[in-house]
Amino acid sequence: MLYALKIASRYLTASKAQTALLVLGVAVGVFIFIFMSALIGGLAEFILSRTAGDISHITIEAKATDPALLLGRLPGQTLLVQEKSGRAQATLPTALSFLPLIEAVPHVIAVSPQVNGSGTLRRGTQTTPVSVIGVEPGRESDIINLQSYLIEGTSRLTAGTILMGQSQIDDLSLFLGQTVKLEAPGGTVANLTLTGIYKIGTGGQNTRTVYINIATARTLFALPQGVTRIEIKLDDLNNADAIATEISALTGLNAESWTIKAAQLKEALRAQAQTGYFLKTFAMITIIIGVASALLLSTYRRRPEIGIMRAMGASRKFVVFVFVTQGALIGVLGGLSGAGLGYLALLPFPRRDAFHAGTLPIDITQGSYGLAIILTVIGAILASIWPARSAARVDPVTAIGQ
Amino acid sequence: MTELLEVRSLVKTFGSGDTETRVLRGLDLTLGTNELAALLGPSGSGKSTLLTILGTLMHPTSGSHTMLGHDLTQATDAELTEFRNLHIGFVFQFHNLLPDFTALENVIFPTAIREGRETAASRARGRELLQRMGLADRVDFPAPKLSGGQKQRVAVARALMNSPQLVLADEPTGNLDRASAVQVMDLIGQINREEGTTFLISTHDEKIAATCRRQIVVGDGLVTG
Repeated sequence: MLYALKIASRYLTASKAQTALLVLGVAVGVFIFIFMSALIGGLAEFILSRTAGDISHITIEAKATDPALLLGRLPGQTLLVQEKSGRAQATLPTALSFLPLIEAVPHVIAVSPQVNGSGTLRRGTQTTPVSVIGVEPGRESDIINLQSYLIEGTSRLTAGTILMGQSQIDDLSLFLGQTVKLEAPGGTVANLTLTGIYKIGTGGQNTRTVYINIATARTLFALPQGVTRIEIKLDDLNNADAIATEISALTGLNAESWTIKAAQLKEALRAQAQTGYFLKTFAMITIIIGVASALLLSTYRRRPEIGIMRAMGASRKFVVFVFVTQGALIGVLGGLSGAGLGYLALLPFPRRDAFHAGTLPIDITQGSYGLAIILTVIGAILASIWPARSAARVDPVTAIGQ
Repeated sequence: MTELLEVRSLVKTFGSGDTETRVLRGLDLTLGTNELAALLGPSGSGKSTLLTILGTLMHPTSGSHTMLGHDLTQATDAELTEFRNLHIGFVFQFHNLLPDFTALENVIFPTAIREGRETAASRARGRELLQRMGLADRVDFPAPKLSGGQKQRVAVARALMNSPQLVLADEPTGNLDRASAVQVMDLIGQINREEGTTFLISTHDEKIAATCRRQIVVGDGLVTG
């Protein structure tokens, strides 16, 4: 119906100021939609990268053996419970042989075998309990990007070196290059030189965790072979559940997705996304109401013309088509200009890979531009149906007489 | 002259109960091809209502209405719309041109809505009609910029665009000065003679009515003369 399109566009160009105002109103709605999409998406990206982005997406651990209950055989005998040892008891003796297989799984970008355990740091009379992570040289920043959190020294771990958090350094009054004793629960002590200091936003990590070379960890925890834990990083952490299942099936090992331990984070992100949906829905409703009211006003103003069209032989369908096309054109114009406006407004914000503390994490790539335009056009068409139907019901005799 | 349309026992009432008004009271009328007829009568006699029904813009309350062999009394809205587009032209007292369109666009409107677009053929026909109306130099003028007489001549051209068998004109000269009125009536007479189009012209003006070959007088909802 080219002719209906011509009439619709003529009506829009006939009252340029009114049309411009209407298109601007729609564009502002689209702009809000795009801005909210980029903000909610960017915020989620930022939170994920600052939390789950820096943790193992899939972790393989041996199931810890619970201490045995020593039950008395006869009534009246005492129930004895063995105290759980601080030593790393659960190991994955054969896990290292699966590393090439795991590394070949699609979306896996890093695999870090580790020997972990607990220990006590000593310097003079000062002691502090720590969690010890023994990592392979060259893989220090594969899971948590230690290099990016390093405030002094190097993240490279060689035999006899240790990487500690800022809080531990403060507690033990240490300086780079000084020596500290790390004692394992079994009594083995390692003399380690402080070669790197890191600071991570989460305080607990700074206070509790130290990193050492895996060879040192083997000696410390008396674990000549195997590992206690394998951490895996993916290119997209949203695939973790499926890939964990795939790795479990491939290796027979207990691979666990980060989502199991971070259910609350996922819940929070879901709630945040829902908030975004609500705000975007309200933006769409505003667009629909705006277009509907403007077109309703237009059909009222053009009643005599509609009457003439009907008298000249224009069908009701034709009249509906003229006003629905008008709505669609407003949707296209408002959608495109709103999307353009949104894109331009988002340009000054840092890109997603350059988010840092203090900046608003708005991701220009998550503006949902296409979706915003499509929804706007659909919304504008829906909004125009009521005014269009009302126009088609105009009685030509009454309308011409007006 | 062959029969073009016929209405029999045409009744039209508005409202109901105490407020019911019977405007047409069993009116009979026959129009032939190539007629140039004036519809006369005082205000409230039912002239406009009759034109509206003959123009298929309104259904009668009762009675029959046939044109070109079609029973229009029972036709649906869609059928009447198509019939109107093909066979009936309208000229209104206040021209009722589409204000956002040029003279030519107004003229070719009835053909464009039928064909779904403006074609070269329809534009050529529109230009020819405007030329016949003495408006060759006003083809691309926006409708609001035309004078009253020019607007009415554009309206006549528009009514003739689809070569209808019947043109209904409701006080076509009522809003024009004497010179423009005479000019419009001359054109109507010329087209009637040359193309055989039947014109039914509602008017209060005895001089205008005198230019028509037949005078139909309506009074109190009936044809009285």
